[in-house]
Amino acid sequence: MQTQLQAVPTMPEPVARPDMLVCQDLKKVYPTPTGDYVVLDDLQLSIKESEFVSIIGHSGCGKSTLLTMIAGLNEISGGQIIVDKDPVREAGPDRAVVFQSPSLLPWLTALQNVMIGVKQVFPSASRAEKEEICKYYLDKVGLGNDFHKRATDLSQGMQQRVGIARAFALKPKVLLLDEPFGMLDSLTRGELQDVLLEIWQKEKITAVAITHDVDESIFLADRVIMMTSGPYAKIGDELEIPFERPRNRKEVLEHPDYYDYRAYLLNFLNH
Amino acid sequence: MKDKSIKTLKMFGLGFLEPLIRIFSGEEPAKNGKIFFTRALLPLLSIFVFIAIWHAGAMALYNSEADARIEKAREEQGEEAAIAMQECIESGDISCQPNTLPSPAQVYGAFQALCQDHQSISEKKDDFKERVSETNEQREAQGLDPITYTGRPSFLDQIGTSLKTVFAGCLLAMFIAVPIGIIIGLSPSLRTSFNWLIQILKPVSPVVWLLLVFMIVKTVITDPSLDKSFIISFISVGLCAMWATLVNTSMGVSTVDKDFINVAKVLKLNIGQNIFKIILPASLPLIFTGLRITVSVAWMVLIAIELLAQSPGLGSFVWEEFQNGANDSNAKIIVAMFVIGLIGFLLDRIMLSVQNMMSFNKGMA
Repeated sequence: MQTQLQAVPTMPEPVARPDMLVCQDLKKVYPTPTGDYVVLDDLQLSIKESEFVSIIGHSGCGKSTLLTMIAGLNEISGGQIIVDKDPVREAGPDRAVVFQSPSLLPWLTALQNVMIGVKQVFPSASRAEKEEICKYYLDKVGLGNDFHKRATDLSQGMQQRVGIARAFALKPKVLLLDEPFGMLDSLTRGELQDVLLEIWQKEKITAVAITHDVDESIFLADRVIMMTSGPYAKIGDELEIPFERPRNRKEVLEHPDYYDYRAYLLNFLNH
Repeated sequence: MKDKSIKTLKMFGLGFLEPLIRIFSGEEPAKNGKIFFTRALLPLLSIFVFIAIWHAGAMALYNSEADARIEKAREEQGEEAAIAMQECIESGDISCQPNTLPSPAQVYGAFQALCQDHQSISEKKDDFKERVSETNEQREAQGLDPITYTGRPSFLDQIGTSLKTVFAGCLLAMFIAVPIGIIIGLSPSLRTSFNWLIQILKPVSPVVWLLLVFMIVKTVITDPSLDKSFIISFISVGLCAMWATLVNTSMGVSTVDKDFINVAKVLKLNIGQNIFKIILPASLPLIFTGLRITVSVAWMVLIAIELLAQSPGLGSFVWEEFQNGANDSNAKIIVAMFVIGLIGFLLDRIMLSVQNMMSFNKGMA
């Protein structure tokens, strides 16, 4: 981690990073009474280590299906998904998910919600060490004063902050974000995008974010992947976003290329 | 302070006192006075109206019964007997009182009589205890059972016995229904396979359960020192009342939010952790809703079951009074009716508070 922290700002684009996540000939079929409904067909995707990718597409195009398949929460109908050289068979904490709804356990406090995952991933750590990990990430997402608040007593935005802390605290190989800010108002959304990027900047975990917000996809990602509309959805196009990191919202918005990227994405979505 | 006490009141189902607190803290007295009037005074008013109608009805029934008696005496024994009967009724003599629906005043009188009865019985008990205390010490030294009071139980003792039976029955229902509900809820195929059985057994009448339990307990329990009628009645109460909890638990377990299940999958929780950390806490609100129904059903069937099982309690009190046929028996039965209703209401309120404490969804909506 230390070497990465030093390496990234000086090297604009690391040259030969290994693939962390690969989807090969991926297919998803839902059987219906009137015959099979093919959501994804022949989908190819590879994501490098420490890369932040956002996937954009129309509602119902199958981007959430793709994400849940990577997470192992949805069966793979054909082809395979390889995460760090191992094919995905079931869900596991090496692929942490930030769900669209915060999905916190409402009977637990913020700390306990993070702790339940940390306990699974670091079973041999001492109680104090585990607590420290939880508190570190909760502090990072700006909940330093709310460790012992019940999940139900937190606002939606704060709950999603806990969701982010919970995902990072698992130290996953891949971070999967399923429209993580879709249920929030635009102000809170912006705040949380900043929080997410800030903490990601330190951890550099390979991340895949599903979104249908064009600006969000550009601001977060190194590469935006555009999916065609279903059925038989696949990758339609890709766009590299070479903005320097750490990113600042104002600088990104004022960047001369920003509106070209935006127009390119919108153009794809409108066809 | 004010908001906290209002929250506490609401939790215990005393929300109607909320405007009163607001008035005392000087908050919009006119508006809150009106709210208090509709929420607390109107219900009280309706109770007074009910008592008034009851009183009028009881009077009408009393008069028609009295007229019938006088008429009967005239037909069978002539005018003189009729006048004697009328005088007898007007004098309030017990021997010729019309026996019909008692008026509110009579019921209140019966209530006071029952309280006095309780006092005199407890005095007798204390007296008895004092007298046998020495003997009991000796018996204890010799390893014998102490002599206990075996006199008639008072009305309050009967209430205590009934509450004990309901409590035991509900505990039994909980210990049977919650685990089975969880197991059934976890597996769709178990749920389908048990569904018919549950649907068939659920509507079976308390009386039939009692007979069934009687058949089994009679053979299983041979030890005469055990209180067989208590065992039979609490098991029957439990069996009648457990269905709501069973159905609610299995529904709660099988409909746990999919997001929570996904969280459990991503964290790779094992089955034990999954049940105790995710599924059980998530279905607690529904389980407690079921338990609340169980308690109210238990209290309702209890009276019928006690009556038939001849176990002491409110049910047998009502039955004995009915068989007794003394001139204040009817009034005592009505006292029992109100006591049963009030206790049922209180039990429901207690369960409602527990249920409110258990539900975590309030803040989420």
